[in-house]
Amino acid sequence: MTEIIVVTSGKGGVGKTTTSASMACGLARRGKRVAVIDFDIGLRNLDLIMGCERRVVYDFVNVINGDCTLKQALIKDKRIETLFVLAASQTRDKDALTEEGVRKVLDELIADGFDYILCDSPAGIEKGAHLAMYFADRAVVVVNPEVSSVRDSDRILGLLSSKTHRSSNGNGGVKEHLLLTRYNPRRVASGEMMSVGDVKEILGLDVIGVVPESPDVLAASNSGVPVILNDDSDAAAAYSDAVARLLGEELPLRFLEEPKRGFFARMFGG
Amino acid sequence: MGLLAMFRSKPSTANIAKERLRIIVAQERGGRGGPDYLPLLRRELLQVIHKYVNVDPEAVQINLEREAGHEVLEFSIALPEKPGA
Repeated sequence: MTEIIVVTSGKGGVGKTTTSASMACGLARRGKRVAVIDFDIGLRNLDLIMGCERRVVYDFVNVINGDCTLKQALIKDKRIETLFVLAASQTRDKDALTEEGVRKVLDELIADGFDYILCDSPAGIEKGAHLAMYFADRAVVVVNPEVSSVRDSDRILGLLSSKTHRSSNGNGGVKEHLLLTRYNPRRVASGEMMSVGDVKEILGLDVIGVVPESPDVLAASNSGVPVILNDDSDAAAAYSDAVARLLGEELPLRFLEEPKRGFFARMFGG
Repeated sequence: MGLLAMFRSKPSTANIAKERLRIIVAQERGGRGGPDYLPLLRRELLQVIHKYVNVDPEAVQINLEREAGHEVLEFSIALPEKPGA
């Protein structure tokens, strides 16, 4: 059984691609066969975050148009055997992506026996975002504890429950999860940032992960190595937990409180 | 946090954010899934009411509720204390 998961958010810059890359790596590291697809047609980014930008020969739209086979376009990850990337096209043609084309590619991946297909959605609610979520069985809604991101996420939840294949065919709807990123426990403690409980309460959805704000995320994208592969990072541990929860394991949320600091650090700042 | 900041209590902007979101999300969810003509209906209804009573645009609430097999469209208009005022 293949499961199609869309990573979406509405708002841009909240960490969709970072999340797609890390969750794809996390699932593949557990032995699953994973394909991660960049739906941001025109603005290719996933390949950079995955560190395979120089190996892109064919892209998603090439496969849809029959310029190449799916096998030729899938980029095999150099770190994890069972992980494959399908890059976005850089075409400026907004109609390059079609429902039929996307269905064809997904069907072929399913027939090929992939366990998971991750769809990295573009920001916004236009065609690319619509098609990224349309065939999904599950959705990971990436949200920052910040007003515009939370509101946009709610908008996306509305679309997931009305404008998807599952919602319109009575297949029980898309299973939705929240994933909080850029979480800053110190600012939550001082009342400057909404807590995971606040966001959960407003959106009324279960939380599959909370990723603390971390300099490791920028370092990871700088070097093209998804942050989950950095063994020393809290952000990596948080993503690994989220992957485990996605696979049905029950784990308590971590990194919700700031690490204890010594007396001098508290007195004099630092 | 420095020495001074420890004694200074800041208002929690997180709580303000939460309250604002609670209201706007509830409002937007209410309008979602309803027929597309609802906002227009609300505006025209308000115009008609305005001919007789000076009501606040905020005072007109439209709720669409779905129950098994049927939908209930509910209008609630809060009239000002002195009609025509």
